[in-house]
Amino acid sequence: MQSIAEKDLGTPARQSAKMVSLTIDDREVVVPEGTSVMRAAALAGVSIPKLCATDQLEAFGSCRLCLVQITGMKGMPASCTTPVAEGMKVTTESKALADVRRGVMELYISDHPLDCLTCPANGHCELQDMAGVVGLREVRYGYDGANHLKEEKDTSNPYFTFDPSKCIVCSRCVRACDEQQGTLALTIQARGFDSKVSASQDDSFMDSECVSCGACVQACPTATLSENSLIDKGQAEHSVITTCAYCGVGCSFRAEMRGEEVVRMVPNKDGHANHGHSCVKGRFAIGYATHPDRIVKPMIRAKITDPWREVSWEEAIRYAAGELKRIQAKYGRDSIGGITSSRCTNEETYLVQKLVRAGFGNNNVDTCARVCHSPTGYGLKNTIGESAGTQAFDSVMKADVIMVIGANPTDGHPVFASQMKRRLRQGAHLIVADPRRIDLVHTPHIQADYHLALRPGTNVALINSIAHVVVAEGLVKEDYVRERCEWDSFEKWRALVGDPKYSPEAMESVTGVPAAAVRGAARLYATAGNGAIYYGLGVTEHSQGSTMVMGIANLAMATGNLGREGVGVNPLRGQNNVQGSCDMGSFPHEFTAYRHVADDAVRHSFEAAWGVTLRADPGLRIPNMFEAALDGEFKGLYIEGEDIGQSDPNTQHVTAALTSMECIIVQDLFLNETAKFAHVFLPGSTFLEKDGTFINAERRCSRVRRVMKPKNGYADWEITQLLSNAVGFPMNYRHASEIMDEIARLTPTMTNISFDLLDRLGSVQWPCNTAHPEGTPTMHVGTFVRGKGKFLLTEYVPTREKVNARYPLILTTGRILTQYNVGAQTRRTPNTVWHDEDRLEIHPTDAEDRGIKEGDWCGIASRAGESVLRARVTDRVQPGVVYTTFHFPESGANVITTENSDWATNCPEYKVTAVQVTRVSQPSEWQRRFREFTKTQEELVNPDVFVK
Amino acid sequence: MSDASHSGETAEHLVAMANDIADYFRPQGREEAIAGIANHIKRYWTVRMRQKLNAYLARGQGGDLDELPRAAVDRLNQQPL
Repeated sequence: MQSIAEKDLGTPARQSAKMVSLTIDDREVVVPEGTSVMRAAALAGVSIPKLCATDQLEAFGSCRLCLVQITGMKGMPASCTTPVAEGMKVTTESKALADVRRGVMELYISDHPLDCLTCPANGHCELQDMAGVVGLREVRYGYDGANHLKEEKDTSNPYFTFDPSKCIVCSRCVRACDEQQGTLALTIQARGFDSKVSASQDDSFMDSECVSCGACVQACPTATLSENSLIDKGQAEHSVITTCAYCGVGCSFRAEMRGEEVVRMVPNKDGHANHGHSCVKGRFAIGYATHPDRIVKPMIRAKITDPWREVSWEEAIRYAAGELKRIQAKYGRDSIGGITSSRCTNEETYLVQKLVRAGFGNNNVDTCARVCHSPTGYGLKNTIGESAGTQAFDSVMKADVIMVIGANPTDGHPVFASQMKRRLRQGAHLIVADPRRIDLVHTPHIQADYHLALRPGTNVALINSIAHVVVAEGLVKEDYVRERCEWDSFEKWRALVGDPKYSPEAMESVTGVPAAAVRGAARLYATAGNGAIYYGLGVTEHSQGSTMVMGIANLAMATGNLGREGVGVNPLRGQNNVQGSCDMGSFPHEFTAYRHVADDAVRHSFEAAWGVTLRADPGLRIPNMFEAALDGEFKGLYIEGEDIGQSDPNTQHVTAALTSMECIIVQDLFLNETAKFAHVFLPGSTFLEKDGTFINAERRCSRVRRVMKPKNGYADWEITQLLSNAVGFPMNYRHASEIMDEIARLTPTMTNISFDLLDRLGSVQWPCNTAHPEGTPTMHVGTFVRGKGKFLLTEYVPTREKVNARYPLILTTGRILTQYNVGAQTRRTPNTVWHDEDRLEIHPTDAEDRGIKEGDWCGIASRAGESVLRARVTDRVQPGVVYTTFHFPESGANVITTENSDWATNCPEYKVTAVQVTRVSQPSEWQRRFREFTKTQEELVNPDVFVK
Repeated sequence: MSDASHSGETAEHLVAMANDIADYFRPQGREEAIAGIANHIKRYWTVRMRQKLNAYLARGQGGDLDELPRAAVDRLNQQPL
């Protein structure tokens, strides 16, 4: 069922410089060439009956309800498949048309259950609407003939129900799966009367290739495919546009509501990042907001072995502030700090860093981008001048060759992956550089031209060998480089990568990638037209993460692939607000917009606005906080929305640091792994319960809108404000919009952003200021932000994490579609039916060598620690490499990962850990301690604090 | 849950960090590299981390610190913290 709030114009919009004028029922209308008659009519205010058409899908012309009469044309053409023509005269209503339409509807209704009053789509069923529109009053054929009314429902999917008895075989679901999602899981099986919608090979939805994105459910004009929440709760009565709180795509949704209850989440057709599409997480996985594990009452305790004591907000804030002040008095001003999260809004992260800098009086603030995309900020800032991706997502539709490096878009950024796949199906070339054979390498109607299956840890060797080919084979766009870049830096870079040691042949033994494939990929990227690079944590989470980002920027500059649509360097940000949390000055050395704290003019601007003197020296990064804690110098920490106890590397090191602190304040929804070491728990609010903004991977700032009261009592920014006031630094914001107004005043790239602007335009991409009043979809047009692009030298330095006889395999980590980051949200939804544990992927050869079979328990030991996971034997990973996800805390994936980190930013080297894998029969010692500790901690919580 | 054997910000760790930074800047040539390393440490390390490394070097330790970052630290020490 489509959104209750959106008008459907029947067929997609067309872009054309040529406008066409026609007459529809005596109304003049002018539309772009290529527009359908149906859409032109809708734009002119004329509604033509339709069933198989929707403006989210290409016209299909099967229902025969949208027939019209056109002067000079024979018969009754379908308005959905008929393009407009200059001077065309269209008649949409006549007796002849009415008779045909009524006849069509009569046939549909003769094989459709007449249970409208009890149907979940009642009131918003397009079939019901059309029966009314055409004036259907009787079905002359009766209802006793052969029919589909006894077809069985498929209730296998936890989020939606397939009721084939209501199906009119319009193919909208099949086309949505093909065109929008690109999974092609659905088909119309058989012919004629036997035609029916079928998932995969007539499987249940759950057993099929369906990825539960819900596009079919939204496309369905009847109740054949319905959200279970709609079936359970009934129709929504209003909707509110907001932004998804999962990945960095930042999909716009309409939260369809009954009062303060969410009936369903419907992707917004006007959403600039997602254009009406969504994934299983964003559309369906919001149940965590009311999961019984959610804590909504503040709690305090003196020691982590004490039971939690439920207290009032006033007491919790007073206690937390008192502890922070006590610690500073005893151990010094630098003994406390704060950590914010990419799961927070911009307004929240801004307030946390303001509290730390102005209230705590130091710069000990960091954000979880430390452990994901901090190298992106460093690498891009130093090469092209701005710590952000260069394009809009829509840019991919103009790419001729797409290079995906260390990213798994179909799992990590599924809605953008669907758009990328759409472009690939149109014929764009694809290069994938990834140790694993990710789904994108070979998926329906898509086959990568090159899969460069490099060894983990050799990214820089690979990018240098690609650059070597570009340089050695004369593929550099020299005019572009001379005009746009620092020529002397280019010459130095050319000399470095041009060295024979970086030839693909010389690097083959390092990267494991055949030289011919590297040469082919380099030539393709450099010569195929618009070359666009998309990358993820497989680039950044390495000891040379920043170097690799520079290498990517160097390559894009050398080939002229920056500064226009269809090209660019595009970091796919993991979480919803990675870009925003970085933009907001959450790093210890930077104010908003990546300006160093030592910059006097910048610092003075904040001092003037905040009325305090600010420090000019950088504060502690997250890993430095742990070290300082273990040294006894860092004793208090305020953490909003981040779970360092699960997400950060070398868990035992992290928990040792947490244990050594005297006051840890956790503001979150759940008693997460970090909260088990906390002394103050401040219950947080979900994205449904507060106002604010997120900035997605394409620099797009979008509104988060409150659709219900916070179940914990306060929006998160209000809690930070309470704490700030209690520690003695006054904050008096009355609404989140006032925080954004302050951000805009102090941030040159965002001076035009306000809630009013976002309400008016939907979203904007920064820079959004006087020079770009409505934002900037493509950056570096004409000139780079830093002026001339700077090539930086990217010598390959092997990681110190080496395999040896004791640890002969390399463990690399990643994510899966249905779970999100540490899983705190998605583990508390039915998404666990797809993924209820982290598994260890191991190549059949390595498995056989160790006597490991599918499903066996495997011990994974590294220099940092040991854990136990069940095996998934697959050739998706290469021999010598094992892989796992880290969505479940008991997996202990980060017990195994080490503290090795990026040289520039200390982003952990999650992607390379030398391990041994053995078949075992019991959990690891750490897992036994973990279970015991978790049980103890859970018993210390009073059941009254959970959401009712 | 924690393992008591973990220590804090050891000077050896800071030496390793400085050496890693130097590995990046080394191809730029000695003078540029020293300036780059010094600038990087100044921009991203806390004063306490720099003091800790200096104290370590002052004790005659730090033999594992490469020549380039050592020169960069010396240069930084000629500037106010």
